[in-house]
Amino acid sequence: MRLELQAITKRFPGVVANDAVDLVVESGEVHGLLGENGAGKSTLMNILYGLYGADEGQILVDGQRLELDDPGDAIDAGIGMVHQHFMLVPVFTVAENIVLGVEHTRRLGKLDRARASTEVAALAERSGLPVDPDALVEDLPVGIQQRVEILKALYRDARLLILDEPTAVLTPQEADDLFDAIRAFTAEGRSVIFISHKLREHRAIADRISVLRRGRIVGTADPRTTSEQELANLMVGRPVELSVSKPAATAGDAVLAVAGLGVENALGGRVVEDVDLTIHAGEIVAVAGVEGNGQSPLVRAITGLQDIAEGTVHIAGRAVKGATRKQVLRDGTGHVPEDRGSEGLVADFSVAENLVLNLWDAEPFARRGTLQFAAINAHARELVDAYDIRTPSIATTAGSLSGGNQQKLVVAREFDRPIDLLVASQPTRGVDVGSIEYIHTQLVAKRDEGTAVLLVSSELDEVLALADRVAVMFHGRLVGPFDTPISKEAVGRMMAGADPAEVLGTPPGGDT
Amino acid sequence: MSQTMTAPAGQRRRERRFGIFSLLVLAIMLGVFATSARGEQATFVLNDARGQLFELPNLVVTVVPAVLVLSAVVAVIAYRQFTTGFGSKAVIVVGVVALLFVMAFLTWAAAGGQLSVVGLLRGSLARATPIALGGLAGVVCERAGVINIAIEGQFLAGAFTAAVVSSLASDPWIGLLGGIGAGVLVAFMLAGLTIRFKADQIVVGVVLIVFATGVTSFLNTQVLSGNPELNSPTRFTAIAIPVLSEIPLIGPVLFRQSMLVFGMLFAVGALHYALFKTRWGLRLRSVGEHPKAADTVGINVLATRYKAVLLGGVFAGIGGAWWTLDAVGQFSREMTGGRGFIALAAMLVGRYSPVGAFGAALIFGFSDQIATSLQLLRVPVPSDLLLTAPYLVTILVVAGLMGRLRPPAANGKPYTKE
Repeated sequence: MRLELQAITKRFPGVVANDAVDLVVESGEVHGLLGENGAGKSTLMNILYGLYGADEGQILVDGQRLELDDPGDAIDAGIGMVHQHFMLVPVFTVAENIVLGVEHTRRLGKLDRARASTEVAALAERSGLPVDPDALVEDLPVGIQQRVEILKALYRDARLLILDEPTAVLTPQEADDLFDAIRAFTAEGRSVIFISHKLREHRAIADRISVLRRGRIVGTADPRTTSEQELANLMVGRPVELSVSKPAATAGDAVLAVAGLGVENALGGRVVEDVDLTIHAGEIVAVAGVEGNGQSPLVRAITGLQDIAEGTVHIAGRAVKGATRKQVLRDGTGHVPEDRGSEGLVADFSVAENLVLNLWDAEPFARRGTLQFAAINAHARELVDAYDIRTPSIATTAGSLSGGNQQKLVVAREFDRPIDLLVASQPTRGVDVGSIEYIHTQLVAKRDEGTAVLLVSSELDEVLALADRVAVMFHGRLVGPFDTPISKEAVGRMMAGADPAEVLGTPPGGDT
Repeated sequence: MSQTMTAPAGQRRRERRFGIFSLLVLAIMLGVFATSARGEQATFVLNDARGQLFELPNLVVTVVPAVLVLSAVVAVIAYRQFTTGFGSKAVIVVGVVALLFVMAFLTWAAAGGQLSVVGLLRGSLARATPIALGGLAGVVCERAGVINIAIEGQFLAGAFTAAVVSSLASDPWIGLLGGIGAGVLVAFMLAGLTIRFKADQIVVGVVLIVFATGVTSFLNTQVLSGNPELNSPTRFTAIAIPVLSEIPLIGPVLFRQSMLVFGMLFAVGALHYALFKTRWGLRLRSVGEHPKAADTVGINVLATRYKAVLLGGVFAGIGGAWWTLDAVGQFSREMTGGRGFIALAAMLVGRYSPVGAFGAALIFGFSDQIATSLQLLRVPVPSDLLLTAPYLVTILVVAGLMGRLRPPAANGKPYTKE
């Protein structure tokens, strides 16, 4: 299917989300759409899928003008979309989700569940996306849920598939499987619009890349002849530093001292076992690992959010056990939580309010039990400037910002006060290159101020770029930290559970 | 991920709480029922006065030994609740304890007298009828994502209108249509304000209850009291299904009831089937769980919600008509006595399923009926206290036994496209 967008313009109050966007997707093509968070990618796709109406411009499919009033029209025209936030009903089965809206029925409107299951199983088989049609969606890992989303579009015989940030939730292996499925799909003459801000992925899968910046198409590139650096510059609109430059660390006194730490989950199972870790002032220690190996409970125990079952955690000499969460934070710990949406900010609060969530009752933001909005707003304006948070105003609700800007907001709040220890969990998840560059620079700056930094990340590149020492978590146990430089391959093998002695040829050391 | 997975520690605490409940029950059984019976023997009458295929013997129980045996069973259960626990069957066991308590209570209450079991069960089903219908109204609305707490208002409007229309037409069927119309009208206001104008669903619900209460009370005083001919509706009479109704015990309870009771039973089954087996139900539930997902596959979210709320109005209107066309035969001020709220409780206890709501409605109907039956037995409990039984049972069941509930994910959230 050949798709053509002509001069699509969409305005929201205060912003032009899409400004006269022209885009052509050829038949059988994987067309990459690259842009920072908030560049207007999602808006454009929602217009193409009939969720938003465009203010100006037109859409042509195989030369025919297409009128889209709702997603039903888009589906009829052969357009399918895999949303960034899955459009799946968690309590329904896979088959129910896939056939929803186009169900086969028997007498009295009775659902033909058997037929749905058979058809879904056959479709899954045919498209190389195996899935159990009778499983409940909420019981499936995100990678499989995404498969269900794709199958949903295929079941409706989509000839153009829009994939909105499909790899954000996938492990590298799952991403490879997805790419295979995309190739099989386009081999039949169908087309794909692939949205991501990961440059590597565009170069791996896209036939052509259009770059969107602040609502405009600023260029179309051929991934075979364009470097990642060129793409990044085009996307951000200025030369971007893709690697982090940092001077050698000058480690000071021990700030974080974790000894024999054990943490239990709600079922009483050990999720962190016998962890020893010391981090000194002025160094970044990164904890690498495949997600779900105990990094989250480790972070939560260190920041006082989860009970310590065994062992001790001391921050600057003070025990975390027995202290309230507020004390831990006020005593000089900054925490960038892994899920900004649920723990990092209050979506319905304004940017200004979110920026004082950690100091809301302290002078000068509160006096005699009253919030001092003059001080809060002044503080917010300062941070919005300093940390380049792109927001229409400081009164805008945090939830309406793009992911990258929400993350910058959390970073601004946690970084902008003198702290002894900074715990940053997945600090650049779902964030575009420009913001990643910025957050990385800030992390290094914080280190150079003399803060001890614990970085937890499942992005190996990030770990290796920032860490002064690297530890690896596997099945609740921590190995290392090891001094850098350390090879990517060695860390990767330890992430899969390999014995450090075997990998490095020396017994684990460096835990001073 | 899984909602049913409870931590062992939480599970233990919960079982211990149930154990404390069992001990309380045991204390009442031993302290009150076993010591203060007014007669040696209790007689349970299993026959109905009307014709039946054959007679059953009356069940005659010696009070104190019977209560002691029931207490012993409760004691054993309590012991296990505190020690090993019942695991996944914990809630069922609590139900068993409650049942044993009710049996002991009835034995004590009927001591020295006679209690008609047929009357008790038959009345329970009848009184469960409006509660179940109200529960269905709640289920169909909330499964589509609209919270309907205005069932009480729909009941009153339905009861009033059914009374007047049936009086004018001298036909209960036309009266029933009037009741349905009133229920749908209130539903229409709820739907319009919450779906179209996205007003807060709880606030609108409260307003509609106050509105319906006020209007029916006003019209009752101003119009009906001066024109009694407008408030003498033709009622539905009990229908006996041939042969089946003559089976002892079961016959009169299940097969000699009014059309509204039969209609309720049919509606419970039909709605359950429709919600969980048909395309209509799948789409309706998708709108209540994840409206955006429904929208992206071309389902009209707002229209689906409108229709669900109006259908709820039909059920609630029939439920309201039960008072004036079946039970009482006359409208009086605030005659529904909060049963609309008990219907909401039935919906919650029944976990948003029609059959579950019906089951819960039976419990509430039974406690309602017991209050009446015991007044006739002249049990030494003040009658005002007895009449609070349904409300007390509601509180106990909702607070104590319901456990964790998982409402439709988008319940109560207005849907906006952009």
